[in-house]
Amino acid sequence: MSTHEGKNLPRPTPETQAYWDAAKDHRLLIQQCSDCDTHQFYPRPHCTQCGGMNMDWVEANGSATLVSYSVINRPVSKAYADDDSAILALVRLVEGPQMMTNIVDCGLADLAIGDALTVVFEDWTDEISMPKFKRTR
Amino acid sequence: MHPLRGVAAIVGTCDTEVGIVPDKGPTELCSQAIRGALDDAGLTLADVDGLITCNSMADPYMYHAEMMAEYLQIFPGYTLSLGAGGGATFAALHHAASAIATGMADTVVVAMAECLRTGLTRDQAMAMQSSSGHPQFERPYGPTVPAFYGLVARAYMDAYGATSEHFAAVAVSARDHACRHPFAQMREPITIEDVLASRMIADPLHLLDCSLVSDGGCAVVLTSAERARDLRQSPVYLLGAGEGHSHEHISATHNLVTSAAADSGRRAYEMAGVGPGDIDVAGIYDCFTPVVLIELEDLGFCGKGEAGDFVTQGGLALDGALPTNTHGGLLSHSHTGNPGSMFALTECVAQLRHSAGDRQVADAQTALVHAQGGILSSHCTVILGRENT
Ligand SMILES: [Zn+2]
Repeated sequence: MSTHEGKNLPRPTPETQAYWDAAKDHRLLIQQCSDCDTHQFYPRPHCTQCGGMNMDWVEANGSATLVSYSVINRPVSKAYADDDSAILALVRLVEGPQMMTNIVDCGLADLAIGDALTVVFEDWTDEISMPKFKRTR
Repeated sequence: MHPLRGVAAIVGTCDTEVGIVPDKGPTELCSQAIRGALDDAGLTLADVDGLITCNSMADPYMYHAEMMAEYLQIFPGYTLSLGAGGGATFAALHHAASAIATGMADTVVVAMAECLRTGLTRDQAMAMQSSSGHPQFERPYGPTVPAFYGLVARAYMDAYGATSEHFAAVAVSARDHACRHPFAQMREPITIEDVLASRMIADPLHLLDCSLVSDGGCAVVLTSAERARDLRQSPVYLLGAGEGHSHEHISATHNLVTSAAADSGRRAYEMAGVGPGDIDVAGIYDCFTPVVLIELEDLGFCGKGEAGDFVTQGGLALDGALPTNTHGGLLSHSHTGNPGSMFALTECVAQLRHSAGDRQVADAQTALVHAQGGILSSHCTVILGRENT
């Protein structure tokens, strides 16, 4: 396993702690509004669809489609230089929300917009595991 | 009639030297640009009662406009330090015109400078790169600014069948223009093949699809249309201005291939009472080549997906349908960071004064400048004219 020292570690906030706690257990949590049923990411206490304040945490199915991708040919810092996940991507979860991630276990030539993806988790520290995505076989 | 239309005019401009300027810092370049623009207008520092600036990364201050006023020892009644990335430039014009229209100030200087090329320490340069992106939901994935724009580029290719050759045509056009500009940073002609052969920075973006990294400063002076008529230069009136703001983080965008330039453009056209067909010369934000294609479409110069062919067929050339970035743009003139598009503005002012020399677009009457900041986040469009009627 490659070291993750020096990477830009996320620092959870009160609004996002539950998301990162679940990621540690390899579960992808998103929010769902109990007033209008809309799913939402990233976490915030209000619903951006209806303005309600009744957001529930729900576990995402983990399936997504590839919205776009590019390659980080010049890494942002040394910590990312040996990364096998230099593919930057936007993905859309089947529940609706869009998120940024890396695509792993896959070369550039294998990818196409619209590909079906599945979430996987990469353990960086005792506290932080990063959700990433791989192509669905 | 919109209350802001034609109320303010640009009466002075100044570009400092650009490119690699190791002997001056951003504060001095900003000061030099301000004094130069006032000279151009036939005004002095004592005439300035409004100052709008944008902070510098190489020499940052907590309250930047206050710092510049202190440096110049002027004591304006109105200052503003803007932060909207590359879109701050024309948003500043929007604010300056509003300040003049409402009587907050009579003579406003908009000035920005940066030393991205020689002024940043290694740590500052690294911090700048890794500070872009949402701290929890983007930055951990190691994105770079070119990779963010790579996402836009790939989505655009997929949506409209655009090719790397289409992107490259934007870079070639910019370089053709820069070859005619005596102070542009890059003045060696390039071809489509050169762009495609340049190394990959963030697939699908090659090195020559990316803008430069430069030092430089730029300022313009605005005053009321009434006062402008008595000054040395023929006034260039601000006829329209509009903004559009769609997101901060690219992962939160609702559309990767249509930007809020559509909103800023619509608002600017409405205020000016003109349309895309009335524009004689343009300055279009060109931090990366695909951005030009998206903006040309969103501003109504081409249908969606058609800008690649438009550019390939010479649409941006001096004798093309829309002469664009005739100074060479961020791709070949200079990219000083946030101040970058100020040079497109001063170029369009020169075009409307009919003083652009070898680069003059015949009988240019109306110009459009557009800038955006962040990752297609904050957009501002300004329409300028020789007449305010
Ligand atoms: Zn709701």
